[in-house]
Amino acid sequence: MGDSKIVAEASRQNANVVAECLRSWNPKAVAEVIEFRGETTIVVPRELLRATAERCREDAKLQYNLLSDATCLDRYPAEPRFELSYHLVSIPKREKVRLRVRLGGNDAVVDSLVPVWPGANWLEREIFDLFGIRFTGHPDLRRILLPDDWEGYPLRRDYPVEGYRDVPNTGEMFRKSSTP
Amino acid sequence: MTTVDTVTGTAKTMVLNMGPQHPSTHGVLRILLELDGETVVKAVPDLGYLHTGIEKSCEDKTYSQVITLTDRMDYLNPLGNNLVYCLAVEKLLGLAVPKRAQYIRVMMVELQRISSHLVWLGTHAIDLGAMSVFLYCFREREEILNIFEMFSGQRMMTSYIRIGGLALDPPAGWRAAVERFLRMMPGHIDEYEELLTKNRIWIGRTKGIGYISPEDAIALSMTGPTLRAAGVAYDNRKVFPYSSYEEFNFGVPTRTESDCYARYLVRVAEMRESLKIVRQTLDKITNEGPIMAEAPGIIPPQREKMKTEMEALIYHFKIFTEGFSPPPGEAFVTVESPRGELGCFIASDGSSKPLRVHFRSPSYINLQALPRLIEGQLIADVVACIGTIDIILGEVDR
Repeated sequence: MGDSKIVAEASRQNANVVAECLRSWNPKAVAEVIEFRGETTIVVPRELLRATAERCREDAKLQYNLLSDATCLDRYPAEPRFELSYHLVSIPKREKVRLRVRLGGNDAVVDSLVPVWPGANWLEREIFDLFGIRFTGHPDLRRILLPDDWEGYPLRRDYPVEGYRDVPNTGEMFRKSSTP
Repeated sequence: MTTVDTVTGTAKTMVLNMGPQHPSTHGVLRILLELDGETVVKAVPDLGYLHTGIEKSCEDKTYSQVITLTDRMDYLNPLGNNLVYCLAVEKLLGLAVPKRAQYIRVMMVELQRISSHLVWLGTHAIDLGAMSVFLYCFREREEILNIFEMFSGQRMMTSYIRIGGLALDPPAGWRAAVERFLRMMPGHIDEYEELLTKNRIWIGRTKGIGYISPEDAIALSMTGPTLRAAGVAYDNRKVFPYSSYEEFNFGVPTRTESDCYARYLVRVAEMRESLKIVRQTLDKITNEGPIMAEAPGIIPPQREKMKTEMEALIYHFKIFTEGFSPPPGEAFVTVESPRGELGCFIASDGSSKPLRVHFRSPSYINLQALPRLIEGQLIADVVACIGTIDIILGEVDR
């Protein structure tokens, strides 16, 4: 595939631009740069996530103004087990980049990106709902897809596909609390 | 239980529960509205009624088994869902798809876009009281579904796009069927426009309703026709072309008013652009040629080869019992669905089942802006604003 080589080359250049920009702003911001199939991933230390995201949006050389997606990946039983991925798009520059934060299972807390992109609100609520990761500074951290009384976090790898019980979770806790 | 904290705390406001069975919520969306008279003070959407855990189910299936699940997310755009998933797996594998298959994919996805916009237009119009448009739109959608049935044997859950190419060769007579559709459709779009574009009631119900500024729309991660109606020409087909879209000549319609009426005009213009693309694909799709990539061990061998070749039989057995294993890594692919940027994130750990499959569903993220659109508006406009975002609850909840 000749095309894929060109794509990979373009992505490497973009990775250099983003990594250099962030390094010149704060040398600690880039922990690692991963290149795979023409996609750039920048691993960011947890405590610098919000500042780095802000930098990506504000820097005139980067202009990553659209938060396309945020999701989580559980690498259980490896540690640190959680990998948060933020997919950023620069509409003016036509570039994409992925920011990544690694979180340990005992301490799955990270700064919310809602102050940077209000659109992160529901994306982070979904991750909280399905993976149980807590976002500090989130204005409304509630479950969004599952009922409030759901036990556990279904998208974690140690959560069985059939659930924990023989019968599906039918929300009896909710019914108990709502009957007078 | 989702509750609304009333803003004023006085008897002046009341809380009204809208949905989940309300017909204009297009599925099972529940919105808690706090009203001051007829004005919406606060709106809190409540979702999850259609959550089926598709992303979790994907982790327990082999890569090719997942395709049938993707059909069932956005049920008005099953081919687009197939496409984004297959593109992501192909990216993980580093697999090149033959040009002929790419063009057929483009044709199918563009027909799907027209049919999805037709359902949107029909239901949006019926929400606002224009009954007849719905009947016309569904008449033409039927034609598109017939074409899908010709190609794949299914009207809605087609699973036609497969990893590495397509499920079947185009059937005999497909060209005539698509040409017939292309001949009649422009006239029908004119017909809808005659009914609505200058209709005083339609203009009254949609013009100036549901405004959002382009800055806010980007900050809220909105994409698709809602973003383009705010004047931002962001279309994945142009910005990050996939499946040979760069070879096609088409425009990206935008407006700057950013109200329900502008979104209507953008979607109608998009239907015409899609027709242009379909017409171009007809010239590009050759009658003969491969529809599947060549990759032994990943792509199932042809039936004929299995009868004579030992390797083909072994590969066939292995693919359908244990599947294939992409190298460890992640891929994120985005395509332009009728509703906006549809993304698929796949992580592989080198086994035959995906470690994680995540879909960036445009309806879910666009719906987030609903409170911004309706707060301060009248309750009758809530219906117009829900319709204008074009949500599919199957995709919102997944």
